Amino acid sequence: MSDQSAISQNDRKPRGSVFPAFARSRPTRPGETYGVPGQGNTTWLSVATIVALIFIWWAITAAGLVKPLFVPSPQSIVQKFIDVWFNGYTGAPLWQHILISTARVFGAFLLACVIGIPLGLAMGMSPIMRGIFDPPIEIYRPVPPLAYLPLMIIWFGIGETSKVLLIFLSVFAPIALGARAGVRSAAIEQIHAAYSFGATRWQVMHHIILPSAMPEILTAMRIGIGFGWTTLVAAEMVAATKGIGYMVLSASQFLQTSTVIMGIFVIAAIAYAFDMLMRFLERRLVPWKGKM
Amino acid sequence: MALEIREASVIYPAQSGRAPVEALSKIDLTVEEHDFVVALGASGCGKSTLLNLIAGFLSPSSGKIMLDEAEVSGPGADRSVVFQKHALLPWLNVRENVAFGLKLRGEGATAYAVADRFIALLGLKGFEKSPVYALSGGMQQRVGIARALTCDPKILLMDEPLGALDALTRERAQELILDIWKSTGKTVFLITHSVEEALFMGTRLIVMSPRPGRIAHRFDLPFSRRFLNGTPARQVKASPEFIELREEVLRIIFADEEQAA
Repeated sequence: MSDQSAISQNDRKPRGSVFPAFARSRPTRPGETYGVPGQGNTTWLSVATIVALIFIWWAITAAGLVKPLFVPSPQSIVQKFIDVWFNGYTGAPLWQHILISTARVFGAFLLACVIGIPLGLAMGMSPIMRGIFDPPIEIYRPVPPLAYLPLMIIWFGIGETSKVLLIFLSVFAPIALGARAGVRSAAIEQIHAAYSFGATRWQVMHHIILPSAMPEILTAMRIGIGFGWTTLVAAEMVAATKGIGYMVLSASQFLQTSTVIMGIFVIAAIAYAFDMLMRFLERRLVPWKGKM
Repeated sequence: MALEIREASVIYPAQSGRAPVEALSKIDLTVEEHDFVVALGASGCGKSTLLNLIAGFLSPSSGKIMLDEAEVSGPGADRSVVFQKHALLPWLNVRENVAFGLKLRGEGATAYAVADRFIALLGLKGFEKSPVYALSGGMQQRVGIARALTCDPKILLMDEPLGALDALTRERAQELILDIWKSTGKTVFLITHSVEEALFMGTRLIVMSPRPGRIAHRFDLPFSRRFLNGTPARQVKASPEFIELREEVLRIIFADEEQAA
């Protein structure tokens, strides 16, 4: 971290170009390093980008260039958030919408972990399991969830089952395939070492294969829950009366653009917070990732 | 008598139009107790295959491997392996890595006490709680050796254990392994492609030749004893006798290479 910030400080010295990676190569001066193109800290640039985007947004709406129906002002989004938080949307307060959507996504996510991780590991370790489960997963995986949503409704009705199942299906494939790929992470030397201590096949799986698959399983979980949020809105298209996805869809039918945008930001915020949590878990659970 | 290999061959079956490969051809080798046997040879001469045979990771196409009169039929705790790298478990700390073998065998109660003894023996005291991925290559390798010793194997198999170390660390590690060999009295089978390392460490040297893999020459070596009797390592390696044998072995290896090619 300290190395990176040192480099980025050098990059920001006012000589040459704003984009040193694209500039013509020039001799280094004392204290400068030739490194991998693209390294350096981006926090400030990212914050500046966000501030600039909000400012442009605000400037356009404040100048009256676009009608609020199409692009409401940033203030009105904040106002809408406060309004829905205290007064609710279609009879339910915002936290209930958030709670039910989160419950759907996390319910589906947990189910996908509980089934997908063991199944993926089994697929990685047994050609029989791989032979059986590879074709169905690979066939349904690339199909967009919206395509089989009608089928879910015909089979499971318009209740919670079809919603959670739809999200589950989109989360399940990446998690199972990630766990399956993780099985290959163990080095043959690690496996041989365990066998030479007299380990059984089961002990090798438990003490070598499973822990070395952990980094890839955690990555797969991060990717998986991302798919879950993507599918949420599709799942709440049908006969939902609560949920952030429902709120966004129904608000769009009444041209309440500020509610739509507010809902999108709420989903983004929850998804981002969970991604941060997963990254934190990754650092705590697999600190060795990429180091050996 | 500790280990006996009788006419062991390993033949990899023909693959898509290619002829079958004879990785090892009729190997005969007897390793006595407390021997330090070093296998030396260019890449592809079958020395790793030979080690895998002894370890039991591979079974011979024909012939036999006997350890104390019993035929080897798979990996077991009477033969511990030290690998070149990638064999430590990064999710365990140094102490847990060293105790790993004992815990696998259900000796959990005494595992850490035994582990601590070997941690001390290999100069790793104070690093028990360190994560292994934070250690230098040389220290990682010492953890690997400590782990292999905990189960009190009859024979220690070392598969290019120092191949990934830098030159200076490597010299120190050679001396350390010889000291350990002396203090534990283990039988050792070590693979290397460094002629100097082979001559310095072994009591017996087998030089292997490729296509098909076989033992081409055998030497008895006096140098490790000289080091253990007090002569400094560099002085041993700089002696005219050592240098002469080193050049002779190198000549043999190059000649074998040309013949096989």
